[in-house]
Amino acid sequence: MKDYSFYILSAYGFAALVVGFLVVRINLDYRELKRKLARFDARETGR
Amino acid sequence: MLKYANPTHFLALAARLIPWLGAAAALALAVGLYLTFFVAPDDYQQGASVKIMYIHVPSAWLGMMCYMVMTSAALGTLVWRHPLADAAQKAAAPLGAAFTLLCLVTGSLWGKPMWGTWWVWDARLTSVLVLFLIYLGLIGLWQTIEEPAQAARAAAILTLVGVVNIPIIKFSVDWWNTLHQPSSVFRLGGPAISPAMLWPLLVMAVAFTLLFFTLHLMEVRNEILRRRLRRLSILAASVEDSELSAEAAQ
Repeated sequence: MKDYSFYILSAYGFAALVVGFLVVRINLDYRELKRKLARFDARETGR
Repeated sequence: MLKYANPTHFLALAARLIPWLGAAAALALAVGLYLTFFVAPDDYQQGASVKIMYIHVPSAWLGMMCYMVMTSAALGTLVWRHPLADAAQKAAAPLGAAFTLLCLVTGSLWGKPMWGTWWVWDARLTSVLVLFLIYLGLIGLWQTIEEPAQAARAAAILTLVGVVNIPIIKFSVDWWNTLHQPSSVFRLGGPAISPAMLWPLLVMAVAFTLLFFTLHLMEVRNEILRRRLRRLSILAASVEDSELSAEAAQ
C-alpha cells in the first residue's frame, strides 16, 4: 500500500489553518467592536 | 420566535447559545476525528487517502448549505427588508467561501494521488470553483457599497441569481461524464458507502455543521455590533456638526 501521509497531513493541516483563521478573525473583530462601542459609551457618559 | 428577530433579543440569545454550540462542535469534531483515524477502515482501492474524504465531503456540503442559508436570508432582505436577514446574509459569505476553498484544496490533495492530477476542468470541480467565485464576488460587493441596506439588496439579487449553481453542482456528476465519482451518500436507493465509513463521515458532517452555526452566530453578532457602531458614529458626527453650526451662529 502506498504512503499517503503527505496528502492526508496537508489536507488536515489546511483544514486546521482555515478553521483557526476563522475563529481568530471573528474573535478579534468582536473584541475590537466591543472596545469601540465602550469608548462611545464612555464619551456619552462624559458629556 | 419573532421576538428573536429583534437585534437586541438576538444578541442576548446569541450570547447564551454560542458557548454551548461551540462546545458541541468541539466535542463532535473530537469524536469525528477519533472515528476517522482510529475506527474507520482504509479503502480497499484508495488505501489511507480515503481519510481526506472525512473533511472534503463535509466541507463541500457546508459550502452548498451556507449558500442556501444565504438564499433564505436574501429572500428575507428582499421581501421583508429585515436588518437581521441582511446581517445573516453578509455573515455567511466569508464562511461559505472558506468552506468551499477547503473543499477545493482537500479535493485537489485527494485527486493528485488518486487521479494523478491536482485539477481537471471537470463539471463538478468547475461548478464548485464557480461557487467559490460567487462567494468572492458577494464579499467584494459588500465591501464596495457603503450603505448597508443598499449593499444587502444588491447582494440579495446576486445571491438569488447564483443559486442556480447549486443544483448544477449537485447533479453535475449525473448530467455529465466526470472524473469525479457520483454521489455515494444522498442518492436514490440509499448510501453506497460502507457503514464503517458512513458513520464517521456523518459525525464529521454534524461537527462541521455545528461549527458553521457557531461561527455564523458569532459573525451575525459582530455585524449587529458593527451596524450599531456605524449608527452611533453618524449620530455623533451630526451632533458635533450642529454644535459647530450653533457656535458659528453665535
